[in-house]
Amino acid sequence: MMLAAARALVVRDLTLLWRRRGDALQPALFALLVVVLFALALGAEPAALARAAPAVLWLAVLLAGLLALDTLFRGDAEDGSLDQWLLAPVPLPWLVLVRTAMHWATTALPLLLATPLLAEMMQLPPRQLPVLMASLALGTPVLSLLGAVVAALTVGMRRAGILVALLALPLYVPVLVFGAGSVAAAAQGLDPTGALLLLGAGLALALPLAPLAAAAAIRISQS
Amino acid sequence: MHPVVRWFHQLGSPPYFDRFAARWSPWAYGIGLACMAWGVYGALYTVPADYQQGDSFRILYVHVPSAWMSMAVFALMAFYAALALIWRIKLCEVLAMACAPAGALFTAITLATGSIWGKPMWGTWWDWDPRLTTELILLFLYLGVIGLYNAIDDRRAAARAAALLAIVGVALLPVIHWSVTWWNSLHQGQTISLFGESKMDPSMLPPLWWMVVGTHVWFVGSLLARARADNLRREAGKDWVARMADAGAAR
Amino acid sequence: MPDAPSASAPLLDVRGLGFARDDLPLFGPLDFSVEAGEALLVQGGNGAGKTTLLRVLAGLLDGGRGEVRLRGVPAAAAARAGQVAYLGHLPGLKADLGAVENLEYLCGLLGRREGVEIDRALAIVGLAGYEDAPARNLSAGQRRRLALARLWLSPARLWLLDEPYANLDLPGIELVNRMVRAHLDDGGGALVTTHGAYAAPPVRTRLLQLERAA
Repeated sequence: MMLAAARALVVRDLTLLWRRRGDALQPALFALLVVVLFALALGAEPAALARAAPAVLWLAVLLAGLLALDTLFRGDAEDGSLDQWLLAPVPLPWLVLVRTAMHWATTALPLLLATPLLAEMMQLPPRQLPVLMASLALGTPVLSLLGAVVAALTVGMRRAGILVALLALPLYVPVLVFGAGSVAAAAQGLDPTGALLLLGAGLALALPLAPLAAAAAIRISQS
Repeated sequence: MHPVVRWFHQLGSPPYFDRFAARWSPWAYGIGLACMAWGVYGALYTVPADYQQGDSFRILYVHVPSAWMSMAVFALMAFYAALALIWRIKLCEVLAMACAPAGALFTAITLATGSIWGKPMWGTWWDWDPRLTTELILLFLYLGVIGLYNAIDDRRAAARAAALLAIVGVALLPVIHWSVTWWNSLHQGQTISLFGESKMDPSMLPPLWWMVVGTHVWFVGSLLARARADNLRREAGKDWVARMADAGAAR
Repeated sequence: MPDAPSASAPLLDVRGLGFARDDLPLFGPLDFSVEAGEALLVQGGNGAGKTTLLRVLAGLLDGGRGEVRLRGVPAAAAARAGQVAYLGHLPGLKADLGAVENLEYLCGLLGRREGVEIDRALAIVGLAGYEDAPARNLSAGQRRRLALARLWLSPARLWLLDEPYANLDLPGIELVNRMVRAHLDDGGGALVTTHGAYAAPPVRTRLLQLERAA
């Protein structure tokens, strides 16, 4: 039953993505714009860009993900699909987990694929790229899971944009610190494995816990 | 039923809580302020100046109790939040939400006094000290809880949503502190920790304890007063509130 | 040991059910039951709490007082999932998906009754030929029919229908009545809310009148 429901949700989301495949590029385009703006603000000197690169790239991905959070539950809330989730004979946290995973796959994966290009624009030294990619691969799912809790808390609200950011960004701090910090550590010649393992541990904890919290938040906001 | 347990049940009834809060809140405010006044007097006049920092260290008598309260109140808020979510106790919803503004105030005072203390030492108003940075993020967590509570129309759903956020916040707070400390060690090498584990001479401690006691008792007064106001607002349509208002108007 | 559903117990048994929003009671306490093969018509003016009652019964709203039993087994809100089919104001259809795609998704999520295929359900509700039409292009009445098709495919024994006649023309109203009668003949039960008596299932029904709490 749980697998059937997951499969139905995955097929639905992939079909919806295909119907509006233009929208899937938007987070990546936003991240590109952020990088451009940072480069313009920092000045074109390569050394300055390279030093700021891990931070700028992490922030571009983080902020793009924050904006994309709006689409996680809003569509389903507005057309009554969220009600059907509550009525389904499968645990709501499971549906939240599957939906968040699909959302990550459709918004963050394109970002990850665009990252090498963005890194090149920020003059990131090539040997730091693997660490950056690893930190993003581990960190963006955690951001999606934490963001899902915040999105679930605000799903009923009309103009929740800034509030979502205010609620989510403090929760994002540890992920940003360990993510960007792992690359910075590698740049200093230190071993980034510790920070990456911490990100991995955070992901392992967030995978079971965040859907539980988000499901509780959905029930609260649907009442 | 054990008398204490019975008293807790009674406290959950809105009219009883209103009387309880109305009676004890002024006392708590008064005693708290008196303790704090005594503590400030001791901090300013009784305690000798520090041989390293001169007189500027005296601000720690405000800074340290505020910092402790900012954390303790968040923990208390999360505790009430858990009770409110698990057992749907209306009074715990009210108490949890009433903790937030006072906690935010303590956090703001911690940040301000930390900044003032740091200026003579660091040369700047802000130094990204890990503990102060964590306090800053804590302030955002408080503001988030308050903001979420105010953003939803249905008072009970608003309280439950903000309660869930408080619990998520309290779970993540140690992680945030840990990450900021790691980040600081990575980027700054070593700064002399201003708020570090310097040993305080026992003769300097009494005013600190007076301040700690004072802030706790003052907070109880604030919590009761704020909870009473929210309680009345929620119950505004009920008979007992109307009767109380009529009795007040008749006097 | 958890109770097993009993074949002889009523499909739905409600004791002392009440619900309050912001401490203002919306309805209650209510006592009623729905047996297999029976429909309960819930009538009441605007704001009487009909929609809220159905949402509480469906388990979408939590925090109601009283007890709800499904086939003799007490069911907390979250536990009613899968045992009731709820048709509300919002049909739960994705605008970008076609009719069949919507139904396939909903059947995967909520389960499908044995022996009924999606194409057959579409034909029954009069949407044969609209299999690939995106839900966005369907009229309000057609979307309502699509929601009815989903209802037809549902394995749940208890139907909770909130104003099922809304947006439907006369053939649509007859369709709803036929579906309800077939469902009742099959041993199911239904709760139907409506404003007034202008459209009601011509089957064995009882009446529950809701009035706004003073």
